[in-house]
Amino acid sequence: MVRHIVLVVLLSFSSLASAAIDTYQFKDDATRERFHALSTELRCPKCQNQNIADSNSPIAKDLRDELYRMLEDGADDEQVIDFMVTRYGEFVLYRPRMSEQTYLLWYGPAALLLIGVIVVLLVSGKRKKSEPGKPDSNLSDAEKQRLDQLLKQDKNK
Amino acid sequence: MRRLIVILPLVLFVALGLFLWNGIGKDTETIPSPLINKPVPEFSLSALLDEQQTITAADLKGRPALLNVWATWCPTCKQEHAQLNRMVRDEGITIYGVNYKDDRDKARIWLDKYMNPYALNIYDPEGKLGLNLGVYGAPETFLLDAQGIIRYKHVGAIDERVWSELRQKMKQLEVN
Repeated sequence: MVRHIVLVVLLSFSSLASAAIDTYQFKDDATRERFHALSTELRCPKCQNQNIADSNSPIAKDLRDELYRMLEDGADDEQVIDFMVTRYGEFVLYRPRMSEQTYLLWYGPAALLLIGVIVVLLVSGKRKKSEPGKPDSNLSDAEKQRLDQLLKQDKNK
Repeated sequence: MRRLIVILPLVLFVALGLFLWNGIGKDTETIPSPLINKPVPEFSLSALLDEQQTITAADLKGRPALLNVWATWCPTCKQEHAQLNRMVRDEGITIYGVNYKDDRDKARIWLDKYMNPYALNIYDPEGKLGLNLGVYGAPETFLLDAQGIIRYKHVGAIDERVWSELRQKMKQLEVN
C-alpha cells in the first residue's frame, strides 16, 4: 500500500520534470531558483493556459531565453516583470497587479464571502429570535382553542 | 428585508449569467498591445535585401504606414501576401516588413516568387525587434502614423474585411 502511495506521489510530480527542458547554466543556485519562480509566474502569450516554463511554443522559448539573459545580467524581479509587461501587457502576469481593472479580481472573492457571512448571520439571527418564546403564533384566542382541541383529539386516538 | 434576501440568490444568478453570457464568442486569442500610442521601439538592423543598409526606427517615419511582421515559415503570412500586394498595387499603401526569425536566403527567394509589397524590409533573424514589439505569433500588423507612433495592432492575416477596417483608420491618420 505504502509503495502505491509513493508511486502515485512520484507520478504526480513527473509532469514538472517533463516540462520544457532547456540547458541553462546559472551562475548560482539563487538565480536558478528565481528563474524557476519567474518562468512559472509568467504566462505564455500564445498558448494562454500555460506559463512560459511549461510551454513548448517558440515564443515561450524566446521569453525563457530573455528571462535567463536578464537574470544573468543581474536584473531584479521587478525589472523582469516590467520588461514583459511593457511588451506583452498585464496579460502575461499570472498574478495580476493591483489596479482599477483588477480590484474586482482581488477583492471579489472576499466580498462574496462577506456577503455570504452576512446572509447567514441575518438568517440565523431571525431564527434565534423566534425560538425562545415557544412558537410565536399570530393565532387569535379562538383559533388557539381550536388548535388545542385538535391536538387533544389526536392524543385520545 | 426578508423578501430581499430570498430574491438575492436569483439576482446574483442573473448577474453572473449575464456576465458569463457576455463573454461567449469573444476573441480570447488576441491580447491588447501595451504599445498602442507608443513609438516603434528603437532598433538598428540590416535590410533584408541589402546587408549593408542599416534600418532604424527613424526610417519608418514620414507617412502613415503598415508594419507587417512576417516569415517564410509562417503559413498565414503566405495566405495574406496576395492581399498585401493588392493593397500596394491598387492603393499605393506603404508597407514596411519585419522579416521575423527567418533565413535571409529563404526570405529573398520567397519575395522573388510571390512579389515584394514591402517598401523596406527589416531583417530580424533573432526576433529582437519582434520581442520589443510584443509579437507572439506572425503575422502581426501594426498601423503607424507619420511620426512612427503605433496606433493600432492586428494579429492574424489581413484579408479584405480586416483591410477595410484598417483603411479607415489609416485615412483618419492621413487627415490628421
